[in-house]
Amino acid sequence: MTNRKLMKGNEAICYGAIAGRCDAFFGYPITPQNEIPELMSTLMPDNGHVCLQAESEVSAINMVYGAASTGKRAMTSSSSPGISLKQEGISYIAAAELPCVIVNVQRGGPGLGNTQAGQADYFQTVKGGGHGDYKVITLAPWSVQECYDFMPLAFDLADEYRGPVAILMDAIIGQMLEAVELHDNFEIVDRPKPWAVTGMRERDHNVVNSLWIDVNVMEEVNLRLQARYREAEKNEVRYAEYKVEDADMVFVAYGCSARVCRTVVDLAREEGIKLGLFRPVSLYPFPSNRIAQITKSGCSFMAVEMSCGQMVEDVRLAVNGASEVLFYGRTGGVVPTPTEILDYVKQVYDIAANPTS
Amino acid sequence: MLKRQEVKIVGMGGQGIMVIGQLLAHAALIEGANVVWFPCYGPETRGGLAECTVIISSDEIGSPVTSTPDTLIAMTQPLLDKFAPTVKPGGVIFVNTSLAQPPKYRDDCKIVEIPANDIATELSNPKTANMVMLGGYVELMKPVKLESLKASLKEVLPEHNHRFIPINNTALDKGAEVTSR
Repeated sequence: MTNRKLMKGNEAICYGAIAGRCDAFFGYPITPQNEIPELMSTLMPDNGHVCLQAESEVSAINMVYGAASTGKRAMTSSSSPGISLKQEGISYIAAAELPCVIVNVQRGGPGLGNTQAGQADYFQTVKGGGHGDYKVITLAPWSVQECYDFMPLAFDLADEYRGPVAILMDAIIGQMLEAVELHDNFEIVDRPKPWAVTGMRERDHNVVNSLWIDVNVMEEVNLRLQARYREAEKNEVRYAEYKVEDADMVFVAYGCSARVCRTVVDLAREEGIKLGLFRPVSLYPFPSNRIAQITKSGCSFMAVEMSCGQMVEDVRLAVNGASEVLFYGRTGGVVPTPTEILDYVKQVYDIAANPTS
Repeated sequence: MLKRQEVKIVGMGGQGIMVIGQLLAHAALIEGANVVWFPCYGPETRGGLAECTVIISSDEIGSPVTSTPDTLIAMTQPLLDKFAPTVKPGGVIFVNTSLAQPPKYRDDCKIVEIPANDIATELSNPKTANMVMLGGYVELMKPVKLESLKASLKEVLPEHNHRFIPINNTALDKGAEVTSR
């Protein structure tokens, strides 16, 4: 416990960025992620890096675009409405095949919404919130420790797959205090970036661009992106399981919802109800194959989200009709409590466990 | 140490609700427990709703939120009225009786009365009412040691407020005296 420090998820993101050798941070204030730009404003310059508060979210993401073009590790952070503003830039960055990291500390929405916790940006994040055929590798931490651990990973994935990587959090994961170990067990991969615009000198001209007038060239770019996504789908699926083996019903939940569900699993098992928890850690690529395997045990599923039902669609695609998929959600900034989820499980459990009766 | 403690601390912005929650969380950390602190507050700096939850456990902590805390520490009447009905049957409600009436309707809970603002005013620093409440809670429920709280002050308070550590220590002791009687 000697190295354990108490900090917020948002603060752990900053220390994780430093551990991941982030060169440049560009941000704009919005609750509930303000601890990130606040701490970055001292942490980055103290470590010899760049931190700049842009004049808007649009500006911040385009500063990321510029910094990433030079081969530097660049990131931005915001919360739901701010992330909406960044979508054009994210699409451009994906098309220009540039690595970067985008942190979204989700709040209640839609619209300006409120500053409480939400998970209703799932579609926007994993289905491509901007225009065009692109994907964003998405990691969802459920603890302050994972906020720290996932940042170096996110930068590595961004470099490897040459595209934006999202860290999808919520107001609770961002603002709760928890113990974190600021270890340095990371193997940061220094990938050569021969495409970077760093001054031409003896080499050929490098062009970073997202405008391809020739349709055949634009299709080539798309096919290259898709080939990388297929690789990511093969190699970068991440998930965690809790008491899934003998479960009659398995929760599927990420981030804060998964934390709540973990407690429900324990409460239910005390009453003889066999629940389990499947937690997608990478939301894209989604752990569909593993979910399909789990259906063979005959269990049913319940997706639990702080939304009206978004990830549940990916669960249904993965299950592909092999089992029943139920849903429980609260939205608009409301966080479901363990007791209300357990009550709902009890209402539907018998039906779900014996669908024919 | 208790296996698991869920405490909700409520009051109004400016009363030091968040800081006593953080102090408790830090004390639990240095005692090697698992702990989660979670805040909920309005946009106002002072006068709005301020609420935080601290969960301390020897096991891994799942949900960082609870709808039914074991213990409630209420600093003002409106927030006491809002949260007293949520406390688990058999739970404990600490009431700052300088600013709130004990909730007699919760006869299934233990109600602990601490006139925190009066005690803090006697110490010539009314702002330490939060520490008086925290001292009273820790002495009675023992989620952590009083000494761990005191050791956490220098970690939790910003450096420019370290000059107030002695008066905060005194306030913690005064609160502890109330519940050790």
